[in-house]
Amino acid sequence: MLQANDLACERGDLRLFSGLEFALGEGELLLVRGPNGSGKTSLLRLVAGLSRPAAGAIRWRGEDIRALGEGYARELLFVGHSNAVKEEFSADENLAVTLEFAGRRSSAAQRAEALARMGLAARARLPARYLSQGQKRRVALARLCLAADVPLWILDEPFAALDVRALETVIGLVDGHLARGGAAILTTHQEVAIAARAQFAIALGD
Amino acid sequence: MNYGVLDGLQSVIARDLRLSMRRRGDVLNHLVFFVIVVTLFPLGVGAEPNLLRAMAPGILWVAALLAAMLSLQRLFAADYADGTLEQMLISAHPLGVIVVGKMVAHWMVSGLPLTLLAPVLGLQFDLPQQALVTLVLSLLIGTPVLSLIGGVGAALTLGVRGGGVLLALLVLPLFVPVLIFGAGAVAEVAGGMSAAPHLSLLGALLAISCVVAPWATCAALRVAYD
Repeated sequence: MLQANDLACERGDLRLFSGLEFALGEGELLLVRGPNGSGKTSLLRLVAGLSRPAAGAIRWRGEDIRALGEGYARELLFVGHSNAVKEEFSADENLAVTLEFAGRRSSAAQRAEALARMGLAARARLPARYLSQGQKRRVALARLCLAADVPLWILDEPFAALDVRALETVIGLVDGHLARGGAAILTTHQEVAIAARAQFAIALGD
Repeated sequence: MNYGVLDGLQSVIARDLRLSMRRRGDVLNHLVFFVIVVTLFPLGVGAEPNLLRAMAPGILWVAALLAAMLSLQRLFAADYADGTLEQMLISAHPLGVIVVGKMVAHWMVSGLPLTLLAPVLGLQFDLPQQALVTLVLSLLIGTPVLSLIGGVGAALTLGVRGGGVLLALLVLPLFVPVLIFGAGAVAEVAGGMSAAPHLSLLGALLAISCVVAPWATCAALRVAYD
């Protein structure tokens, strides 16, 4: 599904990585590891199409993601480092808005179920400024529950600030996604047990 | 279930308006600024009707322009800070649709209320009725241009320290034609002539910026993230 050839990334004058190759098929998981500043987030942003690689190309089902544009964006779910959670909106509104950006309609019942699954049922109507860091992260991750038909998940440090229960929920969601034949790329510093048909790890910064 | 382009536009506008309603202080800020500046002039200059009538178009337009500029900086800054802009860039909707939606929403909370307030403030300057009508008309055509061109500036100065000053330097020269034709239209009518030439030129500015500004803003936003 996803293929990267001879990928290089530069930040200013600094070359973060070069000659990176990987291919990701259905039900496969790519774990990106490496110390802080080694280019994990930069790699994920390249794959999400947010920035341009210094060299090389990324292909989705054989076509360059630059040429695919919104067609690629529809196949993709990206949870970045920042939560994209508006303090003025409630958890429910935030979820509805991010789903709208992804071009998906959602019913109130679907959103309520997703938020309940993330343990936010009691706080769904509260403005997000009253939520803790971990709860905001859960709001951002709640759309994983409603993204069963999105083939590629890109998650940047999804487990940061989560408690054990939420961590297990998210791992369960990624498991389910891979079992359905989806692909996932994620960065993490934690050791997590995710069942995948095939699992690769890229270690950056060596 | 997928959204069409118009649904996308509608949902972006609705979202931004809802957000503005939650941050009413920000919206009221520049309206209050507009009212204060315009009200201070008759008090400072003195009650000389002829002088006030002559100055009115310029004062009202300058104040509207500065008020619109005050609100520009927030157009993308908040979305940039909390990561929402990332989601917009990789949205299923074309970026252009989102950008246009944000500009329309910005105009509805900045340009439109200014336009509606202006005739009331114009009374303080003893502007004749026809001139008041032209004032509203010129602001109605001119303020969307401010939102459109301002959007390009706001996108270009994203994440730059001291972006506010830079934004003013970038955008003000482009606002000057709008100011000249906008205030000119009102002055012509107050002087007993036709405002049509000035309003047509304002319309032309609006047409050009409708085409160029969203495209330039999209390019600037992509550069900000590259």
